[in-house]
Amino acid sequence: MATTVLDPTHAHAAKRSAVVEWLTTVDHKKIGILYGASAFIFFLIGGLEALIIRTQLMKPDNTLVSPEMYNQLFTMHGTTMIFLAVMPLSAMFFNFFVPLLIGARDVAFPRLNAMSFWVFLLGGLFLNASFLMGAAPNGGWFGYAPLSSRQFAGGLNMDFWVIGLQILGIASLAAGVNFFTTILNMRAPGMTLMRMPMFVWMTLITQILVLLSFPVITVALIMLMADRTFGSSFFSWAGGGDPMLWQHLFWVFGHPEVYILILPAFGIISEILPVFSRKPLFGYSAMVFSGAFIAFLGFGVWSHHMFSTGMGPLADSFFSLMTMLIAIPTGVKIFNWIGTIWGGSVQLKTPMWFALGFIAMFIIGGLSGVMHSVAPADLQQTDSYFVVAHFHYVLFGGSIFALTAGGYYWWPKMFGRMLDEKLGMTHFWLMLVGFNLTFFPMHFAGLLGMPRRIYTYPAGLGFELYNMMATAGAFLLGISFLVFIVNVIKTWRGPANAPADPWGGATLEWAIPSPPQEFNFPKLITVHEKDALWQMKREAGVSRLPEPDLVSGKGIHMPGPSWWPLVVAFGILIFFIGFMMKDPWAFPFRPVNILGFAITTFGIFKWAYEAPDAHAPQH
Amino acid sequence: MRLLRVPRWRKLPLGLLAVLAVVTLAGCTGGTHPQSTLAPKGDYAEMVDGLFMKTVYLATIVFVLVEGALLWAIFKFRGKPTDPAPEQTHGNTMVEIVWTVIPAVVLAIVAVPTVKTIFATAKVPTVSADGQVPLKVEVIGHQWWWEFRYPELGITTANELHVPVGRTIDLRMKSFDVIHSFWIPQFAGKRDVFPNRETRLWFTAKVGGAYPGACAEFCGLQHGRMDFYVMADSPEEFATWKNNRLADTMLAATGLPKPAPKPDTTVKAPAVKTGAAAPAAPVAVAMGPAVADTAMDPQVAEGMKLFSTKGCMGCHTSSAMTPMKGMVGPNLSGIGSRKMIAAGWLPNTDDNLKRWLHDPQAVKSGVGMIIPKLTDVEVNALVAYLRTKR
Repeated sequence: MATTVLDPTHAHAAKRSAVVEWLTTVDHKKIGILYGASAFIFFLIGGLEALIIRTQLMKPDNTLVSPEMYNQLFTMHGTTMIFLAVMPLSAMFFNFFVPLLIGARDVAFPRLNAMSFWVFLLGGLFLNASFLMGAAPNGGWFGYAPLSSRQFAGGLNMDFWVIGLQILGIASLAAGVNFFTTILNMRAPGMTLMRMPMFVWMTLITQILVLLSFPVITVALIMLMADRTFGSSFFSWAGGGDPMLWQHLFWVFGHPEVYILILPAFGIISEILPVFSRKPLFGYSAMVFSGAFIAFLGFGVWSHHMFSTGMGPLADSFFSLMTMLIAIPTGVKIFNWIGTIWGGSVQLKTPMWFALGFIAMFIIGGLSGVMHSVAPADLQQTDSYFVVAHFHYVLFGGSIFALTAGGYYWWPKMFGRMLDEKLGMTHFWLMLVGFNLTFFPMHFAGLLGMPRRIYTYPAGLGFELYNMMATAGAFLLGISFLVFIVNVIKTWRGPANAPADPWGGATLEWAIPSPPQEFNFPKLITVHEKDALWQMKREAGVSRLPEPDLVSGKGIHMPGPSWWPLVVAFGILIFFIGFMMKDPWAFPFRPVNILGFAITTFGIFKWAYEAPDAHAPQH
Repeated sequence: MRLLRVPRWRKLPLGLLAVLAVVTLAGCTGGTHPQSTLAPKGDYAEMVDGLFMKTVYLATIVFVLVEGALLWAIFKFRGKPTDPAPEQTHGNTMVEIVWTVIPAVVLAIVAVPTVKTIFATAKVPTVSADGQVPLKVEVIGHQWWWEFRYPELGITTANELHVPVGRTIDLRMKSFDVIHSFWIPQFAGKRDVFPNRETRLWFTAKVGGAYPGACAEFCGLQHGRMDFYVMADSPEEFATWKNNRLADTMLAATGLPKPAPKPDTTVKAPAVKTGAAAPAAPVAVAMGPAVADTAMDPQVAEGMKLFSTKGCMGCHTSSAMTPMKGMVGPNLSGIGSRKMIAAGWLPNTDDNLKRWLHDPQAVKSGVGMIIPKLTDVEVNALVAYLRTKR
């Protein structure tokens, strides 16, 4: 480290401006940061939508927003949080850490990885641009036909939703292929499947879910797009279609999607608990198989979202029992996490608090989930605030708590800076109290008969107190994330002080400097056991690998930056925008579609013929 | 004792959580909750509530045990960074088998009554609780109001479902447009209504009263204002209500009410007859003397004229019989005595009715009702006329 000229990353950066660097990067770590930053901004937008929703519902008969605006807000809140916040925040960790955790230098398809990010970002911007046109989606994140069909939603609102989701699906599928391949093909020597860190296992299972469930929503969205754009009638009873078909297709995707959101959280927690208990994960193989079993069952329970449609007692019983079964592997996970802490030496640092908060909250979400599996009782609970409470305990108390835990845990590795512990603790306690104050009362509001997705409610039904509490809690939640932002700004101004291994880590990412070099590992590590770094420390008595040998780093070939992923992503966006054009741009003369198709094809062609390391820094 | 010594900085959030728990419990017991699923007033809802409470008790036990174990582990096994490394246990097969089997057994305990209740609630009973056959009611969901038809009684009404206490109600439900979901929390769980596909639901009201219901499936702009009321009447009240509806039907069939001759009080049940003079008498009986008097009121006559000349009849009928014109909007038979207007939203006062007639879009934007600009005098006349429909 005597001279910076020898640092390949730095030498490379000197040649290109920072903007060009970020636009053309194929480095999985940079793409991870891009994912994280974009997703966090979308998360704040989704949070702002939630705060407006909660302010509107603060008191009965409130008129802060119009019913039309309210419907746009809750549709976009759900869509944003699922597709633009939680999934890409998980993708941030997949991108940055999966290669590090498996001891690889890169992902299997670096340029596909870049394309996946740009498609996601453009899709997210496209969805939110709908607000600027005053036509944000207003048919719910589930887009039930026939309410989402042209007959009942004639404007551009649901076009934005259908097309936006279609674009985002391409990003997810591309990422799914990439990480599936990366994990199966690029592990360090000796890292057998049953030696992989739990986060990598959960990532692998998540990608399998993506690869199996996203094609279903893709097909469903094509059918809905055809109904809306070309007047077909897949979901219109007047033309011989059936709105129930949409619900089946949507939930065949939608239920596995819930596990796409929560399995990465399970993985993050399974990394954090052992490190801060200084003890290996309890029941490793049970954790792997329970994760796989949850994913498998996830495909057999879609109709539990549809108990109220009247499918008949046999179907209700089947889906009821299948849903109950999921509680068993989930219970195994929770017990194993507690078993990991049990007998450990528990270090209560910020990431650990968030991880413990995750377990505590997820138990509540899991128990109300079992209540929903009781089909007759679900007929009272479904589409009421009880459900809203349930899935926020799973997706906020679960996913968001775990992603935040992961953020605090891996921040030093990503940015080379330690986040402030005191502000971290403040964040945690504000979030825990705010979260419970927001969502626990919703159980009661729902049981007292408050339907969901209503823009206001009359006084006198007993909903007032719970809504007031929920609104107060929502603002506490908002403040808790302001504390996080303050923490980031404060530590960003401080020195880059993070050691390579601040927590006493068990996995390979802690063996290299913080932040890691572009080539990750100067020498590929041979793995002999689970918790590879712990094993190396035990055997060698060293806390981490020696400083990288830059001389040997010289011979490492890393893929060069490329413009073509970005170009292809733009082409895809334009191609899909073409489907929004009404007369006089109508079928069969759709120049916008053709233009987008041309750009995409041209981009793929250039991409294919570009040497993988055309612009790679020369060493 | 060591457990109780919580550092000061940690007391505040714990205190807040305690306050939250107390407020939640307090709120749970106080106040009025006429739409509560926890206070069932019919047989269907009672079955569901019994099952639900079983899961609540089990979940509470599991919650206390598991969260307790978690908290215990956190406090018991706190360590310092300088402490020696704990024993590196990787798992315990016996323990893992036990905690896989126990949840499976607990779930089996829930599963059996679940399946039983699914089958018990799936079929509409063939004999009602009071020995009669169940009363058939057709429910039709519209954006954003509810239509109720009694095919056996020849009655149609809207947004207020009258049912006799003790008789099972057999609901056959459809939607006119998008998917809605029919929900009366104190009588039964939700059932979605679809275009072109019939769904069924049933319940028996056990206690008389007015029960709010709602649309539970998001159905567009005014999903939030698609409420209704179920009026659980005594059999006598129900018969009176039914007779008033049939009287409305005759009134509509014969045009403007003529000055009524002396009411013939010997006529008990109204019978539909055609002819010039005959209908007046039964109408007077069924509607009571008050209505017969107001029928003479020039303001009411003016309102009735406006009702037919201002285009109201294009969408609304004031007859309870279904094969009349004006089927697009809610049937207004009995509108004068309904508890609420605007689909369970506004109390049915003269002021609210006037607000509605002046500008329905201002009250409930996006509603299908299009109305010409009316003067105050015209609105007052219409209100006076609608008030006669009791």
